[in-house]
Amino acid sequence: MDLHFTESQIAFREEVRGWLAANVPAEPLQTFDTAEGFQQHREWEATLNKGRWGMVTWPEALGGRGSDLIEWLIFEEEYYKARAPLRVNQNGIFLLGPTLMEYGTDEQKARILPKMANGEEVWAQGWSEPNAGSDMAAIRSTARLEGDRYIINGQKTWSTRAVWADWCFGMFRTDPDSERHRGLTFILVPLNSPGVTVRPIPQLDGLPGFAEIFFDNVEVAVENRLGDEGAGWSVAMATAGFERGLMLRSPARFQETARRLVELYTENRESADEDPAVKDAVLRAYLDAESYCLTTYQTACRLNKGGKIGAESSTNKIFWSELDQAMHATAMSILGARAELLPHAPAAQGVGNWLDGWLFSQSGPIYAGTNEVQRNIIAERMLGMPR
Amino acid sequence: MDFTFSEDQLLFQESVRDFLLNEVTPERIRASWETGSGRDPALWSQLAGLGLTGITVPEEYGGLGMTAVDFVLLAQECGYVALPEPLVHTALVAVPMLRDIGGDLAARWLPKIVAGEAIVAVGLAQNRLVEDAHVADLLLLQQGDSLLAATPDQVVLKYNQSIDPSRKLFTAKAASGLASVADGAHAATLVSSALNRGALGCAAQALGLAQRMIDLSVQYTSERRQFGKPIGSFQAVKHHMANVAVRLEYARAPTHRAAYAIANGQDIAAHAVSHAKLVACEAASLAAKNSHQVHGAMGYTWEVDLHIFMKKAWALANTWGDAGFHKSRVAARIFAQGAALGAGATFA
Repeated sequence: MDLHFTESQIAFREEVRGWLAANVPAEPLQTFDTAEGFQQHREWEATLNKGRWGMVTWPEALGGRGSDLIEWLIFEEEYYKARAPLRVNQNGIFLLGPTLMEYGTDEQKARILPKMANGEEVWAQGWSEPNAGSDMAAIRSTARLEGDRYIINGQKTWSTRAVWADWCFGMFRTDPDSERHRGLTFILVPLNSPGVTVRPIPQLDGLPGFAEIFFDNVEVAVENRLGDEGAGWSVAMATAGFERGLMLRSPARFQETARRLVELYTENRESADEDPAVKDAVLRAYLDAESYCLTTYQTACRLNKGGKIGAESSTNKIFWSELDQAMHATAMSILGARAELLPHAPAAQGVGNWLDGWLFSQSGPIYAGTNEVQRNIIAERMLGMPR
Repeated sequence: MDFTFSEDQLLFQESVRDFLLNEVTPERIRASWETGSGRDPALWSQLAGLGLTGITVPEEYGGLGMTAVDFVLLAQECGYVALPEPLVHTALVAVPMLRDIGGDLAARWLPKIVAGEAIVAVGLAQNRLVEDAHVADLLLLQQGDSLLAATPDQVVLKYNQSIDPSRKLFTAKAASGLASVADGAHAATLVSSALNRGALGCAAQALGLAQRMIDLSVQYTSERRQFGKPIGSFQAVKHHMANVAVRLEYARAPTHRAAYAIANGQDIAAHAVSHAKLVACEAASLAAKNSHQVHGAMGYTWEVDLHIFMKKAWALANTWGDAGFHKSRVAARIFAQGAALGAGATFA
């Protein structure tokens, strides 16, 4: 055990920090849930990619740096410290990208990954359907193979970033006689295809952060199938694993929220201390964010040495989503009567972006598999309790 | 950056686990409750035979010269079986204190500890009661700004019965006129180091206790049937145990980091220990609460083994610094002006 960064890790951190200091826009970008903000974020992805910082864990041939998980964690720490823009293409670079590297053909990798990396093609997800949420195996949208094309019909929903995205990836039932997780196929669909209708769904903040997607005899070339026909479930499970795992929710984000919460508390200490529970909540939030960081580093080091990650990754999703909710709830308590105010309200001095974070934190225990589903997975697959 | 244990450390953990599971059964613990001292000299000899009593004793005194990082996994295993013998106290508290005092005292007592021929108990002001003072051949007692070394004939002990029959607690009053073995700043350093090591021992044992209570509960709820099926198949029961698994999963790394910080004399050690003790004892307390719940009325009985582990978890949460003590130490650090917090600060 050696809890010091190596010289090359320290040099890597310095390089990341230097580049971000020179390149992160001085003014925060507009939210990517607006057309203009989406475009700004797309351009930021291109900037990152040009500096080879878009996805440091990707191989050098694909514009990455072949970084291991420790360098990835270092990159994220510097990225969140620099308050760099959120990643508009996270569905692509964090979820589909790694899945493509595992299951994609060389042709698919060459065709898709470079445009994903430079923000030219932004990806949305197509998992959930109106009657297939937590029960994802209840998917009913179909894809029928005719010659060299799939004909897709049906409906997807809660598709994040779909309003302005270029492509979606998802699962479709290719065997009409199949049930549950058999007979599903993973297909990539250009959202500008004839027969695709995207209907924006306003979120709690009123902005269209996700959408419904309707497919009406949409033709998709067969080379957009990822993995074998009927093997969609196992391809999708790999993607869901990435989503819950290390890539999407690295600790830096929560540690920075915890740091800002400590700041908010100390700035408002006089009023905050009127509720004795607040100080304790701040302290616990800070420790939990630290625990999340330490545990992630321990897991990353184990994986670097060839270890595997199993059902215990379901604890990860529960831990960070409940921590995020608790931190923002505490911030709301500290802000008191100012908490409900939008940042531009005249009386909203010092509210920061806590309200935005509070809203977003409500989605954490739901998306990427509800925390109830995760608890079932933990109980059955990690602890071995009866089904 | 390598936050993993070596193959040797993991193998050692495995062999100690096998030994403890075979030897320190609930039946043997219950039998020890019926003896006068509650301690099992035969078991202590076995532990000494494996080199465990001298694991942290420097090699020059005949020990294995290992560190808190080497021992922390073994302390988890001691928790898993609720070992009543004072092995964690010996390896993490008594031996390092004797080593740091040095001189004749270390030369006289450390080899005896290695041989399993002596037990040394440490009493700090932070803990009102001294654990296992009745079987100690030497007591190191904090008295004001000094540290005294007393043999059994130089102290008056009063037994204080704990709800955990495995814990043997005593007030210890040293005879007047004993010469101190350390004073002032030197004594204060020894005391704070002992407190941190003792709290680390609690945290590591709490991890083992929490895991044991999960395992007992999974077994019980897989066998116990109601409404025609195992109660463990009901989501309400599953989620109780999943909640424990989540808290436990995120309490291990902080405990291992605390061990590392102590072994390497890092400035962050006191904070790291407080962090570890808080989250590990919280996991064990939740394990006790939820395990008790899923055991139903059986968990409220003396006959079912759960209470062996539950009561120890309750006790560890409030000794070697209670939650208030450790939260105050964390607060002093994170609410200090100019504290280095947030992303990138954890290992700085």
